Formats: sequence, C-alpha cells, structure tokens
Amino acid sequence: MKRILSILAFLTLFVQNIFAQNNEIEMADHLRAEGKIYVVVICIVIILLGLLAYLFSLDKKVKMLEKNSGPKN
Amino acid sequence: MNKIWWKILAAVLVIYSTIAGLLLGVPRLAILNETIRNLYFHVPMWFAMIVLFSISVFYSIKNLNSQNETDDLKAVESANVGIIFGLLGLVTGAVWAKFTWGQFWSFDPKQNFAAISILLYCAYLILRNAIEEEQKRAKISAIYNIFAFPMMVVLLFVLPRLQDSLHPGNGGNPGFNSYDLDSRMRMVFYPACLGWILIGYWIYTIKFRIRNLQNQAQQF
Repeated sequence: MKRILSILAFLTLFVQNIFAQNNEIEMADHLRAEGKIYVVVICIVIILLGLLAYLFSLDKKVKMLEKNSGPKN
Repeated sequence: MNKIWWKILAAVLVIYSTIAGLLLGVPRLAILNETIRNLYFHVPMWFAMIVLFSISVFYSIKNLNSQNETDDLKAVESANVGIIFGLLGLVTGAVWAKFTWGQFWSFDPKQNFAAISILLYCAYLILRNAIEEEQKRAKISAIYNIFAFPMMVVLLFVLPRLQDSLHPGNGGNPGFNSYDLDSRMRMVFYPACLGWILIGYWIYTIKFRIRNLQNQAQQF
C-alpha cells in the first residue's frame, strides 16, 4: 500500500511537472501578447504593402506611357 | 462606372471597416482571441478575387461572342488583379494560420487548393504569353479561362468541404456565420467585403485603362 501511494505521489509530481513545463514552454512572443492583436496588425500591413507595391508598379507603367506620348502633346 | 462616387464609397467603407474592425467588440473565443478581427481583412481579399475572376470569365465569354479586343484586355487585367488579391489572401491566411493552427503552411486542404487555384490563373497568364498571334491568343485564353473559373470554384468551395480541414466552413468545421459571426461582426464584415471588392474593381479599371493606352500606342 505504501509503495503504491509513493508511486502515485511520484506520478502526480511527475504529471504536475509536465504541466508546469508546458506552461513555461508557451511561447510568450510579443506577437501573441494582447490577445494576438498584432497578428491582425501584420495582416493589415501585408495587405497595404501588397497593394501599395502594386500601385507603384502601375505608376511606373503610367510614367512610361507619358514618356512615350510626351513629345506629341 | 466612370463616376467618382463609388470610389469614394470604397474608400469610406475600407476606412470604416479598418477602424471599426479594430475597435468594435468581437466574441471572446479561445485560440482565436483577437485574431478573429482578421475576418475583416483576410476574407474580403478572397471575395474581391472571386468577383474579379467572375468579371474575367464574363469578358472571356463576351470576347468569344464579339471577337472584340477590348473584351480580351478586360479579361486579362481583371485576372491579373484577381491574382494579386488571391496572393494577399494566401499570405494573410498563412500568417493567421501560424498563430492559430501553429504553422504557416500545414498543407491544409483549403490552403493547398487555394494555392492551386491561384496557380491555375498564373497558367492562364503564361498561356497568353506563349501565343504570339492576337486573335488566336484571345480565343484560346478565353476558352481556358472559362474552364479555369469553375475549377477555381470547385477547388475553393467544394473539395475542401469533403475533407478534414482546420479552416472554418470546411470538413464539418462550421464557418464563422453559423454561430460566431454575431450582429456586431456583420456590421463590419459586410461593409469590409463591399469596400474591398470595390477597391479591387477600381484597381482593375486603372489597369485596364493603362493596358488600353499601351495597346493604342503599339498600334500607331
């Protein structure tokens, strides 16, 4: 009986230890802080960067067109 | 559609959805936490892409009827802009997945099929570049586009639902609208979708106008 109890005690300690470790392993990245709101910020920035880069490429095309049609006007 | 009012509407809707999307209340859910707000930014990208691809297939069919070159140009440019929105949806989805599913790319059916459907449209552009003669190019690419569109719909909305997927709305995984998308979120989500669709359409009209000018410059 004593042995079983000691084994049980050991096991509970062991299990607790695992959970404790899990809590420590939890990556407390800054990105996961504040309820992961920075993930939303990253996504908005990605969309804005993508569309802005696209706008710059469009701008370049318009500039080329203006250059080609420049002397006539 | 040359009026300015819908462009202003698009700007207002997008600004509203960004501000209200970050400030208004959302349901408190485990794992998702605040990232549920990504619904207002990630999902409208896909809606904009689908609308642009629909415009593309519409003009492809029109082009087969009319043999008009402007229809062909409209089809290409809307597909072009649609791919940009699809890529943005894919990248934002990957970032969102990293912090909720654990990995940027977990080879989830939804992710895989979304990537394949974008590749389908990349193939459309490559096919166009491969054909020199204009009439032939317009016809072949229009037919390809008519086949690519239903493939895209099946890849995005049918196949992921037949498998287990982490993405909401698939494989017995309820979509947001079943219980999470409460009235507070609808008030932001629908304007966000409309706003981003209009922005996509706007970029497409600019792209088409540039292409039209380039085309005219080449002919003279």
